[in-house]
Amino acid sequence: MLSMSPSDTRPIVEPRFFTFAEPPDAGLPLESGRTLGPVTLAYETYGRLNAKKNNAVLVCHAFSGNAHVSGFHRPEDKAPGWWDDMVGPGRAIDTDRFFVVCSNVLGGCSGSTGPSSVNPATGKPYGLDFPVVTIRDMVEAQRRLVDHLGIPKLLAVIGGSMGGMQALQWAASFPDRVRSVIPIATTLKHSPQQIALDEVGRQAVMADPDWNRGGYYGRKPPEKGLALARMIGHITYMSDRSMEDKFSRKLKDGKVSFSFATDFEVEGYLRYRGDNFVKRFDANSYLYITKAMDYFDLSGDRLFGNGRSVRTRFLVIAFHSDWLYPLYQSREIVHLLKMRGVDATYCEIQSTYGHDAFLLEIEEESRLIRHFLAKTQDIAGREDG
Amino acid sequence: MRLDHQTIADIIAPDARVLDLGCGDGELLSRLAAEKNVTGQGVEISEEAVYRCVEKGVSVFHSDIASGLEGFPDGSFDFAVLNQSLQEVRNIGFVLDEALRVARRAVIGLPNFAHVRARLTLFFRGRAPVTPSLPYDWSDSPNVRFMSMADFRSFCRRRGYRILKSEYLGVHGRVRLWPNLFALNGIFLIEKG
Repeated sequence: MLSMSPSDTRPIVEPRFFTFAEPPDAGLPLESGRTLGPVTLAYETYGRLNAKKNNAVLVCHAFSGNAHVSGFHRPEDKAPGWWDDMVGPGRAIDTDRFFVVCSNVLGGCSGSTGPSSVNPATGKPYGLDFPVVTIRDMVEAQRRLVDHLGIPKLLAVIGGSMGGMQALQWAASFPDRVRSVIPIATTLKHSPQQIALDEVGRQAVMADPDWNRGGYYGRKPPEKGLALARMIGHITYMSDRSMEDKFSRKLKDGKVSFSFATDFEVEGYLRYRGDNFVKRFDANSYLYITKAMDYFDLSGDRLFGNGRSVRTRFLVIAFHSDWLYPLYQSREIVHLLKMRGVDATYCEIQSTYGHDAFLLEIEEESRLIRHFLAKTQDIAGREDG
Repeated sequence: MRLDHQTIADIIAPDARVLDLGCGDGELLSRLAAEKNVTGQGVEISEEAVYRCVEKGVSVFHSDIASGLEGFPDGSFDFAVLNQSLQEVRNIGFVLDEALRVARRAVIGLPNFAHVRARLTLFFRGRAPVTPSLPYDWSDSPNVRFMSMADFRSFCRRRGYRILKSEYLGVHGRVRLWPNLFALNGIFLIEKG
């Protein structure tokens, strides 16, 4: 619950946890055929669920994100949640109007059950005993949380990148539980290029001797491998142009060293990003979550199934210069929407930021999201009487 | 209220499904939704115009007209509207065929290149005409096709489209006398023959 602390007008939010699939209940059935239990999801909520329970918006985070989408945990925190300029009082996803929920994904490492969690069968962290999970499994877990929070039908599910995959999966798995979805900078399926980039990242982790086949808990984690994977990732999140604008060929110390030290600012930036990442992210989660993205495929008739009429509204957003999730992948989503006569809006936002644009082009996204949500709320209000 | 929008709104049946190709800021669709309860979908190439559509609650695909038509199953709409957008399209025959594939009927709004003012400018001054419906200087016009009302009627005959209704508009109202000379704009309701 989001509240204002008396000493400070900065919204303070409290992390929460929801555990299900505990004995004697059955475990969570996974797409792989295995089951997992108990499952804990870390989540945060903002705003209030209204009396008609029709103002709930689920925000899905991207690959390395977490449940802390907005506000501050403590007044002294330096940085707010990861999408604070989009979610909050008066923002496009207005917490004065909407009940906003964000949870850490299944398989993650920010409070939800993942490979670094303790396996109740052994009393030790799962490591590679953790079952492979998919985007569908992540969404199934979210659906349990949405049930727990007493939300019969979400007003919207919104997310960028892997968050967009979850939004699409919601439309596929639970069409009657979601009034609208907003997939941003995402795809119906990972292309060979996207799978290849993920595989390079996984190989970087697994090639680190400290990885130890996933059994590094309580010892030195594979920091070098994970940092290298993250460096590669960051290159794919930017564009040639945004790197030129940000770094050019600027040197860290004004002159080249004629050695393999970090001469260029871009090298220093990538190392800094890599080194920071290993402090907050679990290497095995990196493997599991990238695999979940690679398995994701809602192309063909998987998004809507056959025959069924589609009542979910769509707002699809993509960015010029995003070469990791290029425009054509969002156009493929739009093509499916046209084929099924879905009430939908699509916008290609001019940006030079590459894939990162979905976190940076807030003004343009806000114009779309604010009004799309208002219209969806109008429709909900009319239908719910 | 724009005269052309009023004329189109009179043609569109209540509760119809309407695809507006080159819908601009969504003004027409927003009006049709409010007054005639139509289910509208826009296609628009300008990013700024897309934002304005969404602000009005109009659903829109950000794309050019030809790609915007791709993917819709046959007969998805009752009406396709091309108001003041067809003259900006290169492949007119293809776009009209596609529009009449995805919609049963099409409403086409076109500026008249043969308006008396255009003719006089061309004849007496020897300059590329600028009129209220063709307001651009030749050097920065978005238009790539220039047609008269008679040209469009003859084009429809050649392609086998039936013109079910034609309305000719001047600055203030309908033009009934010699439309190819006095109309600034023509609005045609067509279907496949």
